[in-house]
Amino acid sequence: MSKRIVVDPVTRIEGHLRIEADIENGKIKDAYSSGTMVRLLEEILRGRDPKDAWAFVGRVCGVCTSIHSLTSVRCVEDALDITIPPNAELVRNIMFCSQYIHDHVVHFYHLHAMDWVDVVNALKADPKKTSELAQSISKWPKSSPGYFSDIQTRIKKFVDSGQLGIFSNGYWGHPAYKLPAEVNLIGLAHYLEALEWQKEIVKVHAIFGGKNPHPNYLVGGMACAIGIDDVSGINAERLAFVGQLLKDGKDFVEQVYIPDLMAIASFYKDWGAIGGGLGNYLVYGDLPTKGYRDISSYKFPPGAILNKDISKVYDVDLKKDDEVQEFITHSWYEYKEGNDKGLHPWKGESKVKYSGPKPPFEHLNTNEKYSYLKTPRWKGNAMEVGPLARVLVGYARGREDFKAVVDKALTDLNVPVTALFSTLGRTAARGLESVLTAQWGLDFFDQLLANIKNGDTRMAEMSKFDPSTWPKTALGVGHTEAPRGALAHWINIENEKIANYQLVVPTTWNASPRDNKGQMSAYEASLIDTPVADETQPLEIIRTIHSFDPCMACSVHLYDEDGKTISRISVLGD
Amino acid sequence: MTNDALPKQPTYYEEVERKGYSRRDFVKFASMMTAFIGLEQSAIGQVIKALETQPRLPVIWMHFQECTCCSESFIRSSHPIVADILLDKISLDYSETLMAASGTQAEAALKNTMEKYKGKYILCVEGSVPLGADGVYCMIGGKTSLQILEEVSEGAAAIIAWGSCASNGCVQSAKPNPTQATPIHKIIKNKPIIKVPGCPPIGEVMAGVIVHYLTFGRIPELDKVGRPKAFYSKRVHDTCYRRPFFDAGLYVESFDDENAKKGYCLYKVGCKGPSTYNACGVMKWNGGTSFPIQSGHPCIGCSEENYWDNGRLYERGSAFAGFGIEADADTVGKVALVATGAAIAGHAIATNIGKSKLIRGHQAEGRESEHELES
Repeated sequence: MSKRIVVDPVTRIEGHLRIEADIENGKIKDAYSSGTMVRLLEEILRGRDPKDAWAFVGRVCGVCTSIHSLTSVRCVEDALDITIPPNAELVRNIMFCSQYIHDHVVHFYHLHAMDWVDVVNALKADPKKTSELAQSISKWPKSSPGYFSDIQTRIKKFVDSGQLGIFSNGYWGHPAYKLPAEVNLIGLAHYLEALEWQKEIVKVHAIFGGKNPHPNYLVGGMACAIGIDDVSGINAERLAFVGQLLKDGKDFVEQVYIPDLMAIASFYKDWGAIGGGLGNYLVYGDLPTKGYRDISSYKFPPGAILNKDISKVYDVDLKKDDEVQEFITHSWYEYKEGNDKGLHPWKGESKVKYSGPKPPFEHLNTNEKYSYLKTPRWKGNAMEVGPLARVLVGYARGREDFKAVVDKALTDLNVPVTALFSTLGRTAARGLESVLTAQWGLDFFDQLLANIKNGDTRMAEMSKFDPSTWPKTALGVGHTEAPRGALAHWINIENEKIANYQLVVPTTWNASPRDNKGQMSAYEASLIDTPVADETQPLEIIRTIHSFDPCMACSVHLYDEDGKTISRISVLGD
Repeated sequence: MTNDALPKQPTYYEEVERKGYSRRDFVKFASMMTAFIGLEQSAIGQVIKALETQPRLPVIWMHFQECTCCSESFIRSSHPIVADILLDKISLDYSETLMAASGTQAEAALKNTMEKYKGKYILCVEGSVPLGADGVYCMIGGKTSLQILEEVSEGAAAIIAWGSCASNGCVQSAKPNPTQATPIHKIIKNKPIIKVPGCPPIGEVMAGVIVHYLTFGRIPELDKVGRPKAFYSKRVHDTCYRRPFFDAGLYVESFDDENAKKGYCLYKVGCKGPSTYNACGVMKWNGGTSFPIQSGHPCIGCSEENYWDNGRLYERGSAFAGFGIEADADTVGKVALVATGAAIAGHAIATNIGKSKLIRGHQAEGRESEHELES
């Protein structure tokens, strides 16, 4: 007999996620992923100025901040056929790269590390041995015995206070924790260091976008005019600031994040065979080097992989009616033409209708509808998106920079390439692409300097800013690779206003409920067969779920087809 | 490991002592604080006693309809840094973003603090509460956010409504507000509520509100709508370093034009600074690095109520209510003769005329001194 357990709230994520899992003989036999919050932003967008959309949808998520705004301005630029100046593309790319290393470092240390690092066990570490170990894996200067001893003393006082704060009720001492005390202490020390460091790299966003979270974007380019002879513009001081931040960011990734990732991974190689899930991967690609429309110039190449077969990469077309579609068979919505039809986002319709149990409740009825997430499919296939997908597609496309970082990691850990299809592979891929983006950010920065030196100071293409220049109707799609995976927005402009706006978001791909054919999405599939040592403590479950870096606020969005406020719902079941 | 299993918590005195301060320093600090709080000097003893016996401030941080930008902004604080806040100043006993425990263990941590520190903990709320459809648009652990808010606020000493979502509803409450997203003060009526609006608020402002409570032992002084006066009593417009260009009638006409490169006023491309109360112009963002106007984009007014419905982003003036003066920046800035129907226009126009002259004066002086240098 299997036993149903519930993890809700899943913490150390963005937003509200609930996992229900059936456990049998110490392993997960079946799993259900449910998004339990909705804001209906798409309805709010209808009738508004397309140029303003980036600000609204930017507020979809403050963790992967900037990325929805970027997608939105691209979506409108696609609809209105605007080509932005090269400098604006470079600034967007630099902001993208700094966003990646910020987001991935914060995910690794603050959202994921405590799944692998036993904080309380770190108190048993020998600071001298910890220092020797730290110095053997990295040249990062903060590594003396005194440094680790101070951290340990601070945490000991904290634990002794009895007020454990964010560490309260953690799974400390759980048998699935495998690290020696010294590695735990390094992890804990760098948890605190990363918390202090992360506020620095985002200053790149403040310089170009005015603030972070939620920096400002602009349809047609960027608002940060280059004025090298003015204190207000992007001048030599501002550029030097950006250059320093990018360099410091690269140092942190290379000297702290990656050594820690590899050290921790070396004790959890068994997780290279757990949590693989679908084996289908989808990437839209990003970081253009010859303009956004030339997808062959992207640093992150697009493509799809099916059944773990990296010898073949399929092309993806977001405008084709039969490629990306969303289903609602198990989602709290209704479609006009019934429950089982899939719709391309340009035709996207969705009307919310909660039909779950009346709260407070113990369990969802997972045979029926059980989530506010819709279920996206690519040519009918369930796809995983995110760092692992990007690294695999780059690797499968034969890109040298991807091959270099992947092969080195596999050699260092002494694991086969198949170990990538796993929870550990997902977590490792996030680190590997951080190495790539940290370097690319500096490359884009050098190009920006060269452009300005050569006299190109254009930052925005404003000839189509005035709505009177627009066609009566226009369709657009904008895409990016959010830190959590492939992201696209579809817009339908009519009479200078938004007639329809649809977002298909990374966590919707990964965390969605089953589709019309009963196929699981990535979270559910990856949990199958995961061992659970103690069913009252969901450590192994959150390990795999965290390896995806959930972002629930992103994943739930829809509009009411009738444009009405939904004030009553029918409550079915219990 | 649970909190109950562990020995007692260090007090402020013990913390101070651990950091190497003497008893004498501590008493000096306590007497200074006594003065700050406005007590008689005879009350020093009581203050010392309170600091000696007070545990780290227990904080419960709930997330409802939000995007976590407030939590992200909070961890950007540069003074104090968030590691020091978490380890030395507060005990963040429930935070879905940062806490180690999930599911039942997370709920147990919440329950423990609600019981053990009843009447003493601070409740921070990030996000609005949807009242539509009986609250099912936001559920945690099988309960609606409304049920949770009502339970958790019961034993709170005070509530901090982080960001525009919790203090005015923000983006999900924009028209037609399909989920009936509702700010906290419209639901909880019997507790002091500190509104800290902004999307998100500045990290140092968030840390500043908490530090104020810890340093002075009471909530900061609030304005008539419940925002801390320290951070929300001035318009972005009045603290903007580009204000002299407004006064002189020098504007960016279109993004990336010559005037944009010179850093002129962004009023004509939609700046909402004239109707926005926030600290951006003074404290700036991300450790003082920049703020929206400095980076060339107009203020979008993200700390103001209903800012999503107060006109388009890149349109100026007339759409926002109550500020007739800014309805026609050309008039005010360049000519400064007419500003019809402006309730508060009188003083501001006079100021603008004065400054406009002053700036022209400075410009003339500048040219003269340049001339002198050259000759």
